Amino acid sequence: MALIEEQDLGTPPAKGEHHVRLTIDGVAVSVPEGTSIMRAAREAGIDVPKLCATDSVKAFGSCRLCLVEVEGRAGTPASCTTPVMAGMKVKTQTPLLKDLRRGVMELYISDHPLDCLTCAANGDCELQDMAGAVGLRDVRYGYAGENHLVQPKDESNPYFTFDPSKCIVCSRCVRACEETQGTFALTIDGRGFASKVSPGMAEDFFSSECVSCGACVQACPTATLIEKSVIEIGQPEHSVVTTCAYCGVGCSFKAEMRGEELVRMVPFKDGKANHGHSCVKGRFAWGYATHRERILEPMIRNRIDEPWRKVSWDEAIAHTASEFKRIQAKYGRLAVGGVTSSRCTNEETFLVQKLVRAAFGNNNVDTCARVCHSPTGYGLKTTFGTSAGTQDFDSVEHADVIVVIGANPTDGHPVFASRMKKRLREGAKLIVIDPRRIDLVRTPHVEASFHLPLKPGTNVAVLTALAHVIVTEGLVDEVFVRERCEADAFAAWASFVAELQNSPEEVEKVSGVPAETIRGAARLYATGGNGAIYYGLGVTEHSQGTTAVMAIANLAMATGNIGRPGVGVNPLRGQNNVQGSCDMGSFPHELSGYRHVSDDGARAMFETLWGKTLDSEPGLRIPNMLDAAVEGRFKGIYIQGEDILQSDPNTKHVAAAFAAMECVVVHDLFLTETANYAHVFLPGSTFLEKNGTFTNAERRIQRVRKVMSPRNGYEDWQITQMLANALGMPMQYGHPSEIMDEIARLTPTFSGVSFARLDAQGSIQWPCNASAPEGTPVMHTNGFVRGKGRFMITEYVPTEEKVGPRFPLLLTTGRVLSQYNVGIQTRRTANVAWHADDVLEIHPHDAEERGIRDGDPVKLASRTGDTCLHAVVTERVAPGVVYTTFHNPATQTNVVTTEFSDWATNCPEYKVTAVQVSPSNGPSDWQRDYEALSRRNRRIAEPVPGE
Amino acid sequence: MMANQIGAFFKAQGEAESPAAIADHLKKFWDPGMRADIVAHLAKGGDGLDPLVKRAVELLKAKA
Repeated sequence: MALIEEQDLGTPPAKGEHHVRLTIDGVAVSVPEGTSIMRAAREAGIDVPKLCATDSVKAFGSCRLCLVEVEGRAGTPASCTTPVMAGMKVKTQTPLLKDLRRGVMELYISDHPLDCLTCAANGDCELQDMAGAVGLRDVRYGYAGENHLVQPKDESNPYFTFDPSKCIVCSRCVRACEETQGTFALTIDGRGFASKVSPGMAEDFFSSECVSCGACVQACPTATLIEKSVIEIGQPEHSVVTTCAYCGVGCSFKAEMRGEELVRMVPFKDGKANHGHSCVKGRFAWGYATHRERILEPMIRNRIDEPWRKVSWDEAIAHTASEFKRIQAKYGRLAVGGVTSSRCTNEETFLVQKLVRAAFGNNNVDTCARVCHSPTGYGLKTTFGTSAGTQDFDSVEHADVIVVIGANPTDGHPVFASRMKKRLREGAKLIVIDPRRIDLVRTPHVEASFHLPLKPGTNVAVLTALAHVIVTEGLVDEVFVRERCEADAFAAWASFVAELQNSPEEVEKVSGVPAETIRGAARLYATGGNGAIYYGLGVTEHSQGTTAVMAIANLAMATGNIGRPGVGVNPLRGQNNVQGSCDMGSFPHELSGYRHVSDDGARAMFETLWGKTLDSEPGLRIPNMLDAAVEGRFKGIYIQGEDILQSDPNTKHVAAAFAAMECVVVHDLFLTETANYAHVFLPGSTFLEKNGTFTNAERRIQRVRKVMSPRNGYEDWQITQMLANALGMPMQYGHPSEIMDEIARLTPTFSGVSFARLDAQGSIQWPCNASAPEGTPVMHTNGFVRGKGRFMITEYVPTEEKVGPRFPLLLTTGRVLSQYNVGIQTRRTANVAWHADDVLEIHPHDAEERGIRDGDPVKLASRTGDTCLHAVVTERVAPGVVYTTFHNPATQTNVVTTEFSDWATNCPEYKVTAVQVSPSNGPSDWQRDYEALSRRNRRIAEPVPGE
Repeated sequence: MMANQIGAFFKAQGEAESPAAIADHLKKFWDPGMRADIVAHLAKGGDGLDPLVKRAVELLKAKA
């Protein structure tokens, strides 16, 4: 194994359609018009020296090292800023150029500390490389120039340092922050020798607007911006390409290693989802893998109030199998079930559902997608015929109007948000439909044309009002509808949306969005060119979540915004493998590939291969399992990689359900909140310690590669396999590739997928089969999967969760950039520096009415429970709306949320809870009681001497 | 009550067809225990159930 070094072609690729022929150093070259001479040369294998150029940002032309001579032209132009011309004859190496380059390098080096041997970038420094490339042998100006060593290092960021003495002021970091990330946090302050990279208003990095994405660190050619882990460990010696285990963007990374020690994660340029960009989580927040709180040995106990007892893997597996058998013998076949994880691989997820269906003998399997994107599956399958987004991420580059609904991409999907912002800076228009004024509404060089700050719970009304405008103002793409959609369903829908109660003027009364804003947004989406909708959990986590997804699909069909790049309906998936866990048959009613368990033909395929008869009836969904547990009908559960106690709504109900079970098995990295109610703990492996695949929000299947041995002893699929064998369901997989082979045999949309093809191709977007052997970047191009697109009537039905005198405010929840879901991973990293605790955002008017000041502790109470947290007084939320996150178990935000859920899928209505906020003196009774329970139930017994 | 929410959605798609559509949804997405519970609830009078949902549950019972 060696370090993977991607080629830097110096400047970004040109998009010219026509090719230009020229010669460089006598070599005939043909490149797209608009290509720089530097890139053309490098593509031909001729390396022109460079410092300020890198192909992730536009050419800048400041270092003067890449000068070339062009026959017939005066002077020595910079090859990075000079485009190729037909017939050009370029020389990259002449006596004149050599002298000029050496002179430039002498100036750089005269102003640079020569501490290469002790420099953290030694061996990975472009300045060092260029000194060698230009043949620098002496510095005529001496070595006693201003070396800036007295300038203090900025070590404020937890993950990287800024050392001004090493800076050559190439501006690559500034340009990366602007062009790649789109934050504009950096600038060059001062002039001449006083020039200095400056975050924000001459602040330190941590205090500035910097979002710690790492783009500046990656762009830096010297040790000026460098990872602290590299300073501490040294330069890596090999790298392995793998996939991030955080959000649904699915960024590719090079895990750069020394032996089995991870030195750093570097975003992979060839990653099709991220194209070399990253965020603070994927780039830096991987320290949880070696955190001291990680549990590495299996543990069991008879009662949850007993201390855990460490046992061997054999004992843990045998005990677990015995308990499930005992429970099924006593309470029946249906009294147990399992939960797959969107954090785990496709192969692991497939095995858990296989274990439930084939070993438990029922369909009581569900996944955490239940509580996030299950309405997407139902809604898009009904309207389009398949349970997935329609586009690849690259599609956004062709969008003219971007509609963001109930999503906060700069926090939740930051790498995709950067690409979105880039397109918006290029001139695409933006419509934001969200109760909060999310960052995208107004951020440097981006401003939404329309922001619809709707009252939580009124999505369907507003989306239908948009349709009203499109239909009544004659903005329907009639050709598309006629050719691609069911005529009768369209006619019924058009008639419905045209009704008066769906007009913007009527909807304004319930949503609070001015009618003219709705009208303007509808007109822009329908007439502004390619219209692309991106949505998140602000759409799905409602009692009408599925209806809202259908309303979005209706809008896309009505305007013809489906079936080509630049358009589509794009669910932004919260976790890394939400799409995959759904694809793999994790839902209780569906086998892999979204085939209903009652489908005799599909079921027969599985039964034949597995040698088991499968249940043809749907099983219990997670909320149903919890209800059945409280009722005494459900007694045992195997939970892989999901913290249900902290994730799911109405924590008290969830706690009561677990407390009523006789065998709760938690298979995870840490003692989660759910583990407080567990009888068996099976230690899991991190994404760094196993092989497999994840499928991101664009249906892209990507490899996860093991870069270190599992510290717990086994990869997660091996643990499930041991359990299945102990339960009498033989599994003999030797490698996850064999599990994928089985998935491919059983799942028509995956029939062309294999690890060999993934390794060769890099990634594959399903469907991948005989008719699409390379995969499918954009779906529904020639027709919908279901044949004709189906418009659905989307009547607005207000949620039963109502505000009133006792609970006059509406709470909506979400997540922040630095933390990830329930924080199991990110709370065990330095990311806590940005967000240590959940806080409550409240509008100044609501705060003033209640005598609440910024930073005050407040009580947040609903009909289901209350908790205490600190207030942040802000106009990001509208009057009447409050907002918080659910990252911290000390807050337990879900003590407050209710069990109202989506009518079709049971997806909880996290986004609408009627609450009251009042000043508080400290933790709620629940918080105090839970903290005591948590302390008691986390005890691990000391081993008895001699054992 | 979730059954009524389901009923409201399918009623909007077309009242005449809605009992069958509701029954089909319950059959596809509710486990047999939950379906038995709602059938039993209807047998006791179906308190709180929308009339269309009652008809759907009757269809469900007939299919079982």
